[in-house]
Amino acid sequence: MESLLFYVAGAVSLLSTLLVVTRKNAAHALIYLIVSLLAVAVIFFLLGAPFAAALEVVVYAGAIMVLFMFVVMMLNLGKSAVENEHSLLQGKMWIGPAILTTILLAELIYVISGSATVMSGEVLPPKLVGTVLFGGSYLLVVELASILLLAALVGAYHLGSRYMRSRREEIN
Amino acid sequence: MFSPISIPVEHVLALSAALFFIGFAGVLVRRNIMFLLMSLEIMMNACGLAFVAVGAKWAQADGQIMYMFILAVAAAEVAVALGLVLQLERRFRHLDIDSVSELNG
Repeated sequence: MESLLFYVAGAVSLLSTLLVVTRKNAAHALIYLIVSLLAVAVIFFLLGAPFAAALEVVVYAGAIMVLFMFVVMMLNLGKSAVENEHSLLQGKMWIGPAILTTILLAELIYVISGSATVMSGEVLPPKLVGTVLFGGSYLLVVELASILLLAALVGAYHLGSRYMRSRREEIN
Repeated sequence: MFSPISIPVEHVLALSAALFFIGFAGVLVRRNIMFLLMSLEIMMNACGLAFVAVGAKWAQADGQIMYMFILAVAAAEVAVALGLVLQLERRFRHLDIDSVSELNG
C-alpha cells in the first residue's frame, strides 16, 4: 500500500516531464518542469534521502528554475509578451499543474500525518551526509566544485555584461 | 516512525531511465534553445535520481553526495548557458539553435 506513494509520484513526474517536452510556450513548460522536480523530491524523500529532497526543492525547483523564468520573462519583449501574459493569466493552463501538485500535496500530507514510509528501511540523515562529504575522501571534489562554480560565476557575468551593454546602447 | 516498505530498486532505475530518455528525445526534437536547456536539466535530474536510489539501496551517503555534485554542475551549466542564450537573442533576435550551426572565423 505504501509503495503506491512511490508509483503515484513516479507517474506524476513522468507525465509532467512529457508535458515539458511537448509544450510550445516556454513559460508553461517551465511550470510543468517545476512540478516534475517536486515529484522527484517526493521520491527522494520516500527513498530515505530527506536532505537530497530538500536540495531538490530549494536549489533545483527554487533557484535554477527561477533563473530560467527570469530569462524567459526578460526575452519576451514586444507584442508577443502581451499575449503571453494574457495566456498566463487566463487560468486555463494552470489546471494541469494544479492537479499534479495537488496529488503531490496529498502524498505529503499522508506522509507527514504519521505513517511515514521509507523504501530502503533506513533514513540517511543530513548529518551523515555532511560527515561523509567533509570527512576526508571527498575534500578534493568539494574544492573542484567550488572552482567550477567560481568559473561559472565569472563566465556568466562576462556573457551577461556584454548583453546588458548592448541593450544600454540600443536604449540610448 | 519509519517502517520499511519494499520497492525494487529496479523500478526506481527504470523511472530514472524513462525520465532520461524523455529528456534525450527533447534534446533531439526541440530546436528552441530554452527547451534544449530544460531537456538537459531533465537528463541531469534523472541521473541524480539513479544515484540517490542506488545510495539508498546500499544505505550509503555517497549517492546523495554525488547528487549534490550533479546539482553544482547543473547550476554552473545553467548560469553559463543562459548567458549564451542572451548573446544568441541579441545577435539573431530568435532562439533557434539551427541558426548557429556554422562556424565563422
